Amino acid sequence: MTSTETRAAVTIGATGSRRSRNRFAPERRRSTLLTVILWLCVLYFVLPLWWLIVSATKDNAALFSTFGLWFGGDFSLWENLQTLFTVRNGMFARWLGNTFVYSISAALGATLLSTMAGYAFAKYDFPGKKALFSATLGAIMIPLTALALPTYLLFTAAGLTNTPWAVIVPSLVSPFGVYLMRVYAADAIPATLIEAARVDGAGEFRIFWQVGLRLLGPGLVTVFLFSLVATWNNYFLPLIMLNSSELYPITVGLAQMQAAASQGGGSQALFSTVITGSLVSIIPLVLAFLFLQRYWQSGLASGSVKE
Amino acid sequence: MSATPALTAERPAAPPPRRRTSTTKRRQYRAAYLFLVPFFVVFITMLVVPLVYAGYLSLFESKLIGGQAFNGLGNYIRALTDPLFLEGLGRVGLFFIVQVPIMLGLALFFALALDTFRARGSKAIRLLIYMPYAVPAVVATLMWGYLYGPDFGPLAQIARAAGLGTPEFLSAENMLGSMMNIVTWEFVGYNMIIMYAALRSIPAELYEAAEIDGAGQFRMAWSIKIPAIRPAIMLTVIFSVIGSFQLFAEPSLLSIIAPNVVINSYTPNFYAYNLAFVNQELNYAASIAFLLGIVIAVVSYIVQLGAQRRERRERSLS
Repeated sequence: MTSTETRAAVTIGATGSRRSRNRFAPERRRSTLLTVILWLCVLYFVLPLWWLIVSATKDNAALFSTFGLWFGGDFSLWENLQTLFTVRNGMFARWLGNTFVYSISAALGATLLSTMAGYAFAKYDFPGKKALFSATLGAIMIPLTALALPTYLLFTAAGLTNTPWAVIVPSLVSPFGVYLMRVYAADAIPATLIEAARVDGAGEFRIFWQVGLRLLGPGLVTVFLFSLVATWNNYFLPLIMLNSSELYPITVGLAQMQAAASQGGGSQALFSTVITGSLVSIIPLVLAFLFLQRYWQSGLASGSVKE
Repeated sequence: MSATPALTAERPAAPPPRRRTSTTKRRQYRAAYLFLVPFFVVFITMLVVPLVYAGYLSLFESKLIGGQAFNGLGNYIRALTDPLFLEGLGRVGLFFIVQVPIMLGLALFFALALDTFRARGSKAIRLLIYMPYAVPAVVATLMWGYLYGPDFGPLAQIARAAGLGTPEFLSAENMLGSMMNIVTWEFVGYNMIIMYAALRSIPAELYEAAEIDGAGQFRMAWSIKIPAIRPAIMLTVIFSVIGSFQLFAEPSLLSIIAPNVVINSYTPNFYAYNLAFVNQELNYAASIAFLLGIVIAVVSYIVQLGAQRRERRERSLS
C-alpha cells in the first residue's frame, strides 16, 4: 500500500541527484585492469564463506584430511544438519529461535523509538531541542560494551538478569538511529504536507502515523536492519546477562559449542557441528540484506551525507 | 514563547489569531516532548544511569570483611599502574593505529572504484564485499580460527604445498595481526557502503566543471570526491575508534584455541570481563570499563579536533 509513497521518498532523498549524475559519469569506458583488481579483492571477502560452505558438507574426519577449499570425502551436509538440530535435544533450534525473538523485538523497538525521536527533532521546534540533540549525538560515542558491565550490575539489583528482557531492553537505545532518522525525516517529509494535515484538523500523532511513517520507508528499513544486525551479532551482552543455556542466542551458543569441541573429551564430532551451525546462523541475515538492499542503501545515502 | 498560556487566558481581549498560534505552539511542544519521551526514558535508564553507577562503583572496593568501603581514586591508581591493563590498552592502541587506516583505506578505495562504474559487475562486487558485515563477530572469528589452524587450516595446507612451511598465525607475535585481519574482513564492506552512499549523493554540478576541465579520475577523486564525503569518512573513523578500543568477541573466541597467547587481559574489555566474572572484582572491573570509556571519548575528541583544524586550514588556503 505504501510502496508508491516510499518510492517517492527514495527519489527525493537520494536518487534525485543520482539520476542526473549518471549523465556525467556514463558507463562509457570499462576498465579491464580495475575489473580484475576488484574481483581479486572480492576473493578475499568470499573465500572464508566459501570455506564455510564447503566444510559444512564434510564429516569430521574429512574436515581434517581433505583440502579445505574444495569438497572431499562423503557429502555429509544432511547428516551434519541432522546432528546439529538433534544434539542436546534440539538446543540449536532453540538458540536460533531466541536470536530471532531478541533481535526482531529489539530492532522493532529501537526503530520505533528512534523514529519518533528523530521525527520530533526534525519537524518541531521546542525549548531544549539543541541540548537534547547534543546529548544524543554525544551518546553515539559512548562505547556500549563498556556500559554492559554496569548495566549487568543494575539488572542484577533489579532481579532481571537471565531473562530475555536483559538482552532486549539495553538494545533499544540507538542514538545513531535517532540521528539517521532526523536527517532522513528532515528531507523526506515536506513541512507543507504537515501544515496541510494540520489545517485539515489532523492531530499531531495522526500526522506522524499516517503522513510521516509512510514517507520514512527507506529510513525505517535502514535503522531496523542496523539494529537487527547489532542485536543478532551481539555476544558480550547476552554472554554476561544470561546463564541458562535455554535462553542463549546463537552467538553465545556457538561459542559454547566451540569451547566444548576444543576441549575434546571424545566429542570430536562437534567440530563439523560447530561449522554447520555457523553456516546456518548467517543465512537469515545475508538474505535480509540481499532482499532489502534497495531500501537500506537509499536510507543510508541521505543519512551519511549531511552532518 | 511570547505569551504564556496563563496570560492569554486572563486577557480575553487579545486578538484571536495570536491566541491560536500560542495554543497551537503549546500543543506542538507537547507533541514533540511526547515523541521524545520513550527514547529518552530508555536512554536515561540504559545509558546515563549505568554510566553514573559505574562511576560510583569505581570509587569503592569490596573488603572480605565489612563489604564495600570507600576507596577514592584508589581503583584508578591501581588501573593506571596495572601492567596488565596498560599492556591491553597498548595492544588496542596499536590495533587502532595499524588496522583502522588499512581498513578505511581499503573501504575508500573500493567505494571510489565502484563509484566510477568502470568495473564489470560493480553491483555484485559491492554486495560481495559487504557480505561479511552480516556475519556475527563470533562466527567470523570461529571461521578464521579454523582457517588459521596449523594442522588442517587451508592457509597452512596451501603454504605447505608451496614449500613455505607452516605459518604460525596463532603465535604470540602474529596474534594481533591475525586479529586485525579478522576485523578488517568483517568491516571493510560496512565502511565502504557508508562512503559509497555518500559518494552517490554528491550533486552533479560538482562534477560539471571538472568534466569540462578534462580532469582525470584520480584528480576528480582526490579534489572533488574525497573532500565532498569528508563527513561520512569522519563517521567511519569515529565508529572505528569505538570498535577497536572495545574489542571483545575476537579475543574471547581466540582465547579458546590459543589460551596461552590470548591471555585474559589481552584487551581491556576482555580484562574487565574476566575481572568481573572470573575474579569477582566488580569494583575494579567497573573502573576499567569507566576508564576505557574515557580513553575512547578522548581519542574520538582528538580525532575530530584534528579533522576540524585541517578543514579550517584548507578553507583559509583556498
